[in-house]
Amino acid sequence: MAKRYGTGTLAVQDVDMDLARGDFLALLGPSGCGKSTLLRMIAGLIPPSSGEISFPADPAARKGIGFVFQEPTLMPWATAARNVALPLELAGMNRREAHARAVEMLARVELAGFEDAYPRALSGGMKMRVSIARALVTRPRLLLMDEPFAALDEITRFRLNNDLLNLWRDERFTVVFVTHSVFESVFLAERIMVMAPRPGRVVRELRVPAEDRDLPEFRTSANYAAHCREVSHALAAAMEAA
Amino acid sequence: MGGAQALRWFAPAVLGFLALAAWEWVVWAREIPPFILPGPVQIAQTLARDWDSLSVSLLVTVQITFAALAVAASLGLLLAILFAQSRVIEMSLFPYAVVLQVTPIVAIAPLIIIWVDDVRAALLICAWIVAFFPILSNTTVGLQSTDRNLLDLFRLYGASRWQVLWRLKLPSAMPYFLAGLRISGGLALIGAIVAEFVAGTGGTASGLAYRILESGYQLQIPRMFAALVLVSGTGIAIFMALSLLSHLLLRRWHESADTGEHR
Repeated sequence: MAKRYGTGTLAVQDVDMDLARGDFLALLGPSGCGKSTLLRMIAGLIPPSSGEISFPADPAARKGIGFVFQEPTLMPWATAARNVALPLELAGMNRREAHARAVEMLARVELAGFEDAYPRALSGGMKMRVSIARALVTRPRLLLMDEPFAALDEITRFRLNNDLLNLWRDERFTVVFVTHSVFESVFLAERIMVMAPRPGRVVRELRVPAEDRDLPEFRTSANYAAHCREVSHALAAAMEAA
Repeated sequence: MGGAQALRWFAPAVLGFLALAAWEWVVWAREIPPFILPGPVQIAQTLARDWDSLSVSLLVTVQITFAALAVAASLGLLLAILFAQSRVIEMSLFPYAVVLQVTPIVAIAPLIIIWVDDVRAALLICAWIVAFFPILSNTTVGLQSTDRNLLDLFRLYGASRWQVLWRLKLPSAMPYFLAGLRISGGLALIGAIVAEFVAGTGGTASGLAYRILESGYQLQIPRMFAALVLVSGTGIAIFMALSLLSHLLLRRWHESADTGEHR
């Protein structure tokens, strides 16, 4: 599929991707390579100019999508629980049941006890957790994340990376994760699609095998460093080609 | 923090008291006659003595002000919502709202008073014209500055137009609306007073502006000042009441409603 904007800019060209149930796929690339555009097309927020997206383009299936933005994107006038309950309430679930499910989901992202806190009383990392809880509260089959941890400090980012992986291992939803961090993509994803800019396209796909990823100290292991090196090279090659 | 808070009330109170004392002293020392400049004590005495008639006028003015403010708030909000739904409606109507705003009320008040038979209704329309625009323009801006990502989120979850308006756009616009309301509260009072001046109606059911005019003709300057004190007091009370309302509605989530501890 491809996306050309009204200005004539070709944002994404000839992208062909297959997602299997339970995949954790990272889209890695520099700014302006069309990774966010691709994500928004998958979400159905913008239509592709040519080609098609099979499962999510069907509006009935769109209920199965959760989206996490670059910023927490919370409603400042609503408590954490009401923010998380929003997708359920929009779908017509009654308030009490939606609230109960929201409270449960907040506990899963380690925010038990913060149900009645307003966003401005929460730290950046906590707001992002609320945002993740909101995306997961509908039990989506597909979770789309647009550089969700880019604005957080490294310590908070590592913790959220771990927690996200744990949630994914428990529930096995499919994840498409947009990032410009080599280290984050290697730590999180099984499949890494390296993208190049102008026009945005996928230049290479790499895999991080499960036996490496499941090591207890993966982040400090030699395997991790080796994968990072490989992905860095792929990214550098992609930049040169562009 | 308690000390700083106390100082915020104490400092202006002391300054006000000193200014009043100096005023009283000048009037006494230079033997200025009351029909030129009465002292604060005499004004207070007049206010107490004439309270029966002045309070009736106060009530009339306050009623017109609040009725005008209520109509301005509801119409302004409704029209802003309409603007947010359709760009064409906004483009066609907004220039006329600006015309309404920039035309001086003193210049059109005589016309309105001629056209509208009922004097009270005429006064209300004048006050409404002045109070209407800040609410409309503020709320319109507020409805347009909704977070783009939140709009996308609502779209992603298939929210209806009504859900987007009710759950997203209106709450986002609330601080803007309340800021507009605070400006309009004072303006509604000014509009009511100006219109009363122009109308100049006598009789028992006339407002504070008429009391000021009447006292001027009769050279009862202390009474004129007493009515003036009531007008200012009403303006201050309206502003404080609307600030309180805004604070109560926004304190849990909006930056503007911070307790002021940082200042």
